[in-house]
Amino acid sequence: MTTETQPGNASPAEADPQWMIRFDKVVKRFGDVTVLRELDFHVRPGERVTLIGPSGSGKTTILRLLMTLERVTSGTIEVDGQYLSHMRRGDRLVPADERHLRQVRKKVGMVFQQFNLFPNMNVLRNITEAPVRALGVPRDQAEAKARELLEMVELADKADEHPSRLSGGQQQRVAIARALAMEPEVLLLDEVTSALDPELVSGVQCLLRDIAQQGNLTLLCVTHEMRFARDISDRVLMFDQGQIVEEGDPEQIFTEPTHQRTRDFLQAVLGA
Amino acid sequence: MTTINPCSAELPGTLGEAMPFLCRGAVVTLQSTLGGSVLAIAIALVVGLMASSRLRSVRGVARVYMEFFRGTSVLVQLFWLFYAMPILTGYQFDKVAAGILALGLNLGAYGSEVVRGAVQAVPPAQREAAIALNFTPYQRMRHVILPQAFVAMVPPMNNLLIELLKTTSLLSVITVADLAYQGRLLVNSGSDQLIVFALMLVIYFLFSYLITLLMRFVEGRAGRLVGRERPRRRRSAPAVEGAR
Repeated sequence: MTTETQPGNASPAEADPQWMIRFDKVVKRFGDVTVLRELDFHVRPGERVTLIGPSGSGKTTILRLLMTLERVTSGTIEVDGQYLSHMRRGDRLVPADERHLRQVRKKVGMVFQQFNLFPNMNVLRNITEAPVRALGVPRDQAEAKARELLEMVELADKADEHPSRLSGGQQQRVAIARALAMEPEVLLLDEVTSALDPELVSGVQCLLRDIAQQGNLTLLCVTHEMRFARDISDRVLMFDQGQIVEEGDPEQIFTEPTHQRTRDFLQAVLGA
Repeated sequence: MTTINPCSAELPGTLGEAMPFLCRGAVVTLQSTLGGSVLAIAIALVVGLMASSRLRSVRGVARVYMEFFRGTSVLVQLFWLFYAMPILTGYQFDKVAAGILALGLNLGAYGSEVVRGAVQAVPPAQREAAIALNFTPYQRMRHVILPQAFVAMVPPMNNLLIELLKTTSLLSVITVADLAYQGRLLVNSGSDQLIVFALMLVIYFLFSYLITLLMRFVEGRAGRLVGRERPRRRRSAPAVEGAR
């Protein structure tokens, strides 16, 4: 269970327009394994950040914490000035209850490696179900929006199809439309092309590049595709063993990394 | 051909002697099966969901119920409901009601385990996707988890319902006039044992097959709901013959 955390003096919970995401001394342990060690990092609104690093370095855990699929062991996370897995009670911070979680989750959306479409709904329902149920959008309005989104991901003709009849790339594009239908401010992309056949990867990447360039969505992306990371992000964070070892703009990280660990990693993944 | 009423007393020989009674018994068997099934399924859903709860206390209650009713015999439960209850509480159940209650409680305990297993077999990623889309815990269960779990529940539920059908024969012990009771009565009053017992066998089998057919239909519908086509039996490969 999460232990109670005293608010640090340095992190007022008041909305700070400068940061969309704030990690403050975040520690995450699974049993004896420490995945994140006192992690601090901030993301500005509209910023597109890619997390790279060897597997097990805690990148995915960061996304899962932001999606409230996990809770921090200690430290605090804020999204748009609101505590994520804590809430204020008097002058103390206590673990958030379901109502608080639902409140902050509104701002965050996630696309998963394995798509995770709902097999008990057709494509259209996959997209409309959450806006209708969780946000109370009228169904016809949600459907109009969903068809627009399907148009955008070039699957307008698949609205009535069952997800299992789509290719992996198409499923992932539906999953992206589904996440966007909730109009999140932060979109988390968790190795979204890792489960795709090689020839389907570029379609999904192009789509995400467009989305990244159009909107003022804050994007947090975990990927092993270095070219994609370079295309899509304003800033790259290199992780190792639960800590940031290096950060900078993509150009700098990929062409002249300063840290030996980053050089080794890039060499390993790029095979160069 | 004129249709023959299988329950008619005008059938030749032992048939005409036995069938009217067996039919009356069969109706009672069917009634108790139906009542017991409805109760068992309702209990299974409620207790099965309780057993998948995050709250330890709720899980505990479900666990106690399941272990108790699974671990004691239907016959003894029947005795308690029918004979011991009136002594303890002064309330006397009707025979058939006591029977249905015992069957429902007992098979409901097994069914709870089926529901719990099916709910837990839905990939956790589905729950996570539902969280990411900001569904409430109730909505996650109702619109994402349960519809997917339902498909997995049907085949083992089929087993349980057949089990329940056969267990109704125990109700004859508290003198419910079901198929087993009527059969024994007939034999005791001198009807041909072999024929009566054979008829009982056939009737029980027909009922259980009816349940299977019904559940197959439900399974097919449920499967299509989650986009799973049931493997169609291939027709005796005419294409291959044509190719030769």
